[in-house]
Amino acid sequence: MTDFFRIAWLIVKKDLTVEIRSLELVLTTVFFAALCVLVFAFAFVEEGRALDHAAGGILWIAIAFSGTLALGRTFERERQAETLRALLLAPADRPALYVGKLLGVILLMLLVQVLIVPLVGLFFQAPIFRHPGLLGALLLTGTIGYAAVGTLFAAMLVRARSRDVMLPILLYPIAVPVIIAGVRGTAAIFQATPDEPMARFWITLLLFFDVVFVTLALWTFEPLMTE
Amino acid sequence: MRKYLHLALGVAAVVFATAPFAIHWAPYEVTMGLVQKIFYFHVPSAILTLVWALVCGVASAIFLFRKSKYADYVAVASAEMVVLLGSMMLVSGPLWGRKAWGVWWTWDPRLTSSLMLWITFLAYLLLRRFGGPGSDKLGAGMALFGMANVPFIYVSVNYWRTLHPQTTVIPNLVPPMAGPLWFAMLGFLVFSLVLVTLRAQLEEQRDRVEALYLAADES
Repeated sequence: MTDFFRIAWLIVKKDLTVEIRSLELVLTTVFFAALCVLVFAFAFVEEGRALDHAAGGILWIAIAFSGTLALGRTFERERQAETLRALLLAPADRPALYVGKLLGVILLMLLVQVLIVPLVGLFFQAPIFRHPGLLGALLLTGTIGYAAVGTLFAAMLVRARSRDVMLPILLYPIAVPVIIAGVRGTAAIFQATPDEPMARFWITLLLFFDVVFVTLALWTFEPLMTE
Repeated sequence: MRKYLHLALGVAAVVFATAPFAIHWAPYEVTMGLVQKIFYFHVPSAILTLVWALVCGVASAIFLFRKSKYADYVAVASAEMVVLLGSMMLVSGPLWGRKAWGVWWTWDPRLTSSLMLWITFLAYLLLRRFGGPGSDKLGAGMALFGMANVPFIYVSVNYWRTLHPQTTVIPNLVPPMAGPLWFAMLGFLVFSLVLVTLRAQLEEQRDRVEALYLAADES
C-alpha cells in the first residue's frame, strides 16, 4: 500500500518537475480559461451588469473547457516520446500510475481556478467571499470528479487517431452531473439570499460521484490500458 | 439458429400487423383521448432502450474482463439498438408531450436522463466508427461509465418539477389497456432481438474478414 502511494507521488513529482521547467501547461491553460470567461462576459453582460445566475454557469464552463485542454496536453506530452509506454512497462501497479496522473491534473485545474474564480467575481459581481468553505468544497469535489473521468479517457485515447475531438465527445456526456451540480451549487451560493442546504446537497452528490467514478476508473484502468 | 430467427421474425410480423387493431380497440383515456394512443409505441421503445443499454453495459464488462470477442459484438449491436429505440422514444415523447402538457420538451429528470443516455450511446457509436484501432476497449469503458452515470443524472435533475408520469402507472393499468401494451411490447422485444442477433453476427463476420485480409497481406 505504501508502494502504491510512493509510485503515485513519484509520478506527480515527475510531472511537476517537467511542468516547472517549461510552465507550458500552466500558462496556456490559465490564459485559455481567462479568455473563456472574457468571451462569456461579452455574451452575457448588458449595460455593465451581468445577467442573474450567469456567474456560476460561466465559471463551470470555463473550468470544463480548460480542463479538457489540460487533459489533452498532459497526455500529448507523454505520447511524443512514447513515455507513456515506458510508464506502463515499469514494474508498478497500473492504478498507481492512474492516481499519479489524476493528482497532477487536479493540481493543474485547481491552479486555474485560483485565477478564474476571482475573475468571475470581478466581471460578474459574484460574491465569491460569501461562503468560501462551501465554494471551495464545490470546486474541489467537482474538479476531482471531472478529472477522474477525464484522466481515464485521455489516457485511453493516447493511441487513438482522432483523440482531440474524441475526448470532449466522450467526456462531456459523462461529466453532465458534475456540471449540473457545480452550476446549481454555485448559483445557490451566489444568489441574493444564499441557500446553504442546497449547496450542501450538491456537494454531497459530487462526493458520491467522485467515490463511484474514482473506484470505477481504478477498477477498469488495468484492463483498459493493456494492449 | 436460422430457424429460430425466421420464427421470431414471423412472430414480430404478426404482432406488428395486428397491434394497430388491438390499440384501436383499447379504451380511450379520459382526459387525453386519442393522443394517449401513442403510449403503446412510446412505452415499449422507452423500456427496451433501457434494457438494451443494460445489455450493452454488461456485455462491455464481460468483454473487458473476460476478453470475449462475442461479448463485444453483442455490445456494438445493442448500442445501435439503444440509439434506434431511443430515437423512437425521443420522437414519440415530445409529440405526446405537446398535446398532453402543452410543451414539446421540459427538463424533467426522466426526460433529461433519457436524453443523456441516448447521447452517451451516440458518443459510443461515434467512437466505434472513428476511434481507430483500440476503440473496442475504449468503447467498453465508455459504456460502463455511461451506465454508472444514469443514476447521477437522474438525481441531479430530480430537483426540478416533474411532469412525466411515474412508472407505477404501468402495473396499475386497466386490463383493456394493459393487453395491447404488452402485445406491442412483445413485438418490439422480438424484433429488436432479431436485429441485435443479426447485427452481432454481421460484426463477427466483418471481424473475420478483416483477420483474413490481414493474414493474406502477411503471406
